[in-house]
Amino acid sequence: MIILEQLLNGLTIGSFYALIALGYSMVYGVMKLINFAHGDLFALGSYLGYSLLIWGAGAASQRFGLWGGMIAALLFSFFAVGCAGVLMERVAYRPVQKSGRLPLVVSALGVSIFLQNSIMAIWGPRYQAYPASVVPTHAIHLGWLHVTIMQLFILILSFMLMLTLYYIVQKTTFGAAIRATALDREMATILGVDVRKITLFIFFLGPALGGVAGVMNGMYYRQISFVMGWNYGLKAFTATILGGIGNIPAAMLGGLLLGIVEMFGAAYISSAWKDVFTFLILIIILIFRPTGLIGEKVAEKV
Amino acid sequence: MSELLVLENVVVTYGAVQALKDVSLKLYEGQIVAVLGANGAGKSTMLKSISKIVPLQSGKIYYKGKDLSLVPAHELASLGISHVPEGRRVFSTLTVEENLNLGAYGGRERLSQKEVEAEKQWIFELFPVLLERKNQLAGTLSGGEQQMLALGRGLISKPTLLLLDEPSLGLAPILVKEIFNAIRKIHEERGVSILLVEQNAKKALAEAHYAYILETGKISIEGPSSQLANDDRVKAAYLGGSALEKKFENK
Repeated sequence: MIILEQLLNGLTIGSFYALIALGYSMVYGVMKLINFAHGDLFALGSYLGYSLLIWGAGAASQRFGLWGGMIAALLFSFFAVGCAGVLMERVAYRPVQKSGRLPLVVSALGVSIFLQNSIMAIWGPRYQAYPASVVPTHAIHLGWLHVTIMQLFILILSFMLMLTLYYIVQKTTFGAAIRATALDREMATILGVDVRKITLFIFFLGPALGGVAGVMNGMYYRQISFVMGWNYGLKAFTATILGGIGNIPAAMLGGLLLGIVEMFGAAYISSAWKDVFTFLILIIILIFRPTGLIGEKVAEKV
Repeated sequence: MSELLVLENVVVTYGAVQALKDVSLKLYEGQIVAVLGANGAGKSTMLKSISKIVPLQSGKIYYKGKDLSLVPAHELASLGISHVPEGRRVFSTLTVEENLNLGAYGGRERLSQKEVEAEKQWIFELFPVLLERKNQLAGTLSGGEQQMLALGRGLISKPTLLLLDEPSLGLAPILVKEIFNAIRKIHEERGVSILLVEQNAKKALAEAHYAYILETGKISIEGPSSQLANDDRVKAAYLGGSALEKKFENK
């Protein structure tokens, strides 16, 4: 049963990684840019959700109930971080897009530093804590299995979000237009795809999912810090590479897998070495399978 | 006949290089117009300038009397302009059917789902192999099949004007024949006007009503294609030296 519990813990953390990884992968797909500011958008989401929940001494939870307050925080973070993503594209990426990839990466690092310091300036450098009164704390027992309500909530919401995204990207015409843009934006334009609209959509949805992950992360661990974006960003980036960058199902798989590996490593080897496993995976994948587990399915024919 | 496409003194530059120097061209509704010329003469650039992939330095392009400089590139498809670029450029990790469906993306407001389905059926009749491979990833198709897919993708939106860039490039003679048969059918059965860029001058002249010869970014000769086919300069430069080709034709 310990194994099953560890698996659940791994999946929970893996969901955070997967949701963040989706943002990396989508943005990389259409812009060929590793958005280094993405982890900090996740942190921003965590703080925005925190602020909404503690605002007016927990007014949201009192007004809408425990679950209503949580959903309000998630929705608020989803839209606010999505808008922050769109703004980031407009201010920091679009002006330098034509100058090549290096200026884009430098700009992304700049946004990352800006966001991290803004969070510190607004909320302070100390840890902040989601109050226990705004999240469910009880657990249920299924035989020997011990699961918290929060874990179940995180797993269900994450999977719903991932399935929705999977459906949009893989099964709809708009999704096909997104994939086509990622493969050949010039050809997509010729066929009538408004690449600018696709870019805006991606820069809204990617960060918005990160924002949701941020709030859930805060609710799960309850403790948040302004530097959390760096750590989670790096791990989700590893997950993206592990699955195969630019591919939506791959990002989901990479995230979940990384969470599980990390949890099992922490439980059965040593929790102090947790992060080492993550980056060991990154190195191994980069050496032996740089396209990721499910990278490009067919070779490009010339 | 009304003018469908007009290029007026078009100049395109890449950095310091002038790719198109003062090119003027007219295409009347219902015509096939061929643009011939050697590699690097600026033929592809000309098509790219029409579909707004490359910007004009100066000059004007009109489509149905409308100045295209005022239309964003992604809206050209909704006006009925379809560009099948050089090198096919199918979306390799999308299925054949997804590729075809995307061809209708720009025309989705002017076409009903039913019309798109009907066009798809017609394309499957034109190229049965696409129906067979409907669910296969486009990257797994052979070169000729990819060319058929690129053509189908360009046709599904029921275009008025088709810009065709080197459709026979790199194909075996039998496939070249098939592609040119398809082009004739597209013109006859659907009344699509075609601007055809080709290196295979003989085949192109056989299909086209009118032709232009492009040499290092300038139009050097123009005229009805039957006249050009008998022009000594054209014969010498573009039709003459292919004894090998004649041998194939005779077989």
